[in-house]
Amino acid sequence: MSAATALGGDLATYNFAYLDEQTKRMIRRAILKAIAIPGYQVPFASREMPMPYGWGTGGVQVTASIIGPQDVLKVIDQGADDTTNAVSIRAFFQKVANVSVTTKTREASIIQTRHRIPEEKLQAGQVLVYQVPIPEPLRFLEPRETETRKMHALEEYGLMHVKLYEDIARHGHIATTYAYPVLVSGRYVMDPSPTPKFDNPKMDMSEALQLFGAGREKRIYAIPPHTKVVSLDFEDHPFEIQTFDEPCALCGAEGVYLDEVILDDRGGRMFVCSDTDHCESRRADGHRGRLSPDEAYAGHGKTEGEAVR
Amino acid sequence: MTEAVLSTLAVSGGFNDPVFEAQGVFRALMDATARPGTLHDLPASVAPPAPLGPGSGAIAVSMCDPDTPVWLGDGADSEGVRAWLSFQCGAPVVQEPDKSTFAFVRAGAMPALNALALGTQEYPDRSTTLVVEVEALEGGPRLILEGPGIDGQRTVKPMGLPEDFAAQRSASRALFPRGVDIVLVAGLRMMALPRSTVVSHDNETEAG
Repeated sequence: MSAATALGGDLATYNFAYLDEQTKRMIRRAILKAIAIPGYQVPFASREMPMPYGWGTGGVQVTASIIGPQDVLKVIDQGADDTTNAVSIRAFFQKVANVSVTTKTREASIIQTRHRIPEEKLQAGQVLVYQVPIPEPLRFLEPRETETRKMHALEEYGLMHVKLYEDIARHGHIATTYAYPVLVSGRYVMDPSPTPKFDNPKMDMSEALQLFGAGREKRIYAIPPHTKVVSLDFEDHPFEIQTFDEPCALCGAEGVYLDEVILDDRGGRMFVCSDTDHCESRRADGHRGRLSPDEAYAGHGKTEGEAVR
Repeated sequence: MTEAVLSTLAVSGGFNDPVFEAQGVFRALMDATARPGTLHDLPASVAPPAPLGPGSGAIAVSMCDPDTPVWLGDGADSEGVRAWLSFQCGAPVVQEPDKSTFAFVRAGAMPALNALALGTQEYPDRSTTLVVEVEALEGGPRLILEGPGIDGQRTVKPMGLPEDFAAQRSASRALFPRGVDIVLVAGLRMMALPRSTVVSHDNETEAG
């Protein structure tokens, strides 16, 4: 099978998965070094892609370099399979690589994500590809690349702890809620991309390989499976994830990350799962929430969200 | 006459299907690096000139190009191999192992790990990936692996590595994040020992 057949044969066409082979080799070498040095940001010669920076060009280049015809691809944007970024990247790979796509987390071999980790536990053999806007966790504390590079080289992360301490001094708690810095395998402080800190514990000792691509900033980094990932904290201010007061309004799930949806201009709102696949499969299993449109809910009188995952 | 033979060798024995075979070999390398010590097949059909093995050849054609200086050690070097690498990858062959991005060698002739490029503290990725042809990936002395990618411990038994291999790796592990990433190849089977992996003999309790 070639990309030419995938595109109908008569059009001027691209190489399989868009990138030329030399670019893929360069990215593949960066990926191997990234896995060998967990949490270290490997520089790579990021290419222009047929989408603007900020739309996931780093993740797209990583996915394009690892994907093969046997892969099944899932793309999520803030947990959702049906938002613009996810739909266009999925369509891109259908077109240039002719691969199977899915919205089901467990069926995917590669999951490209913008800012969420799926609620369902990832399996061995799956690869999670993150789109990263700013890979350097120290960048807002020290703008000079020469300095941050030296700080990583010397394992000098005191500044990051000062930043978290200043949060506590000012707000009474660590006020960082997304892109919460982690220490990977006891060596490198790493930016987990702007995922909510709710997802940080899922990175620790994950069964899946996690790859991070930053297109504009030209960096690739990785967390192998079964690797210790610790969110930075203090003994007297331990790391905590977000909690929600109410379950998902559609599927009744608790212990998942919820998005707030404004319903009207009189203060009406609901909280729904940010992971659309998780929410849909729960509803398919008969779980109902407060605002679930299904008739079946009316007879229940209370949410079925008690089944804690 | 000799030149004619060499050029025939050089232009044959590459991938039949470069795009998908290279992708398959890379995925095997990626999975192997992510899970050190696990055995993987290299799904490729290469026939490099002697003495380079098919597994090493597959890795070379998949990963090497004009951007990657290659060092050839004993058991991987010949005029034919150089011509083949030059034609198939366009990779320059260098004399100094510490100038190489990829190094190919037979286990019996392995250079000292610190003779290869280890990267720098600022750029630890600028280091050599050492591809070693071993007699077999199973049936040798037991080595215990620990580190990222390994759930607890993993035992591997590659055959034909130097006796001081574990000691060299321990010394090298102390330099982390600098270090050499190693790929062991036998035929078209391989395993990876990235620098993050702590290698020890079965009876040792040392941790890097």
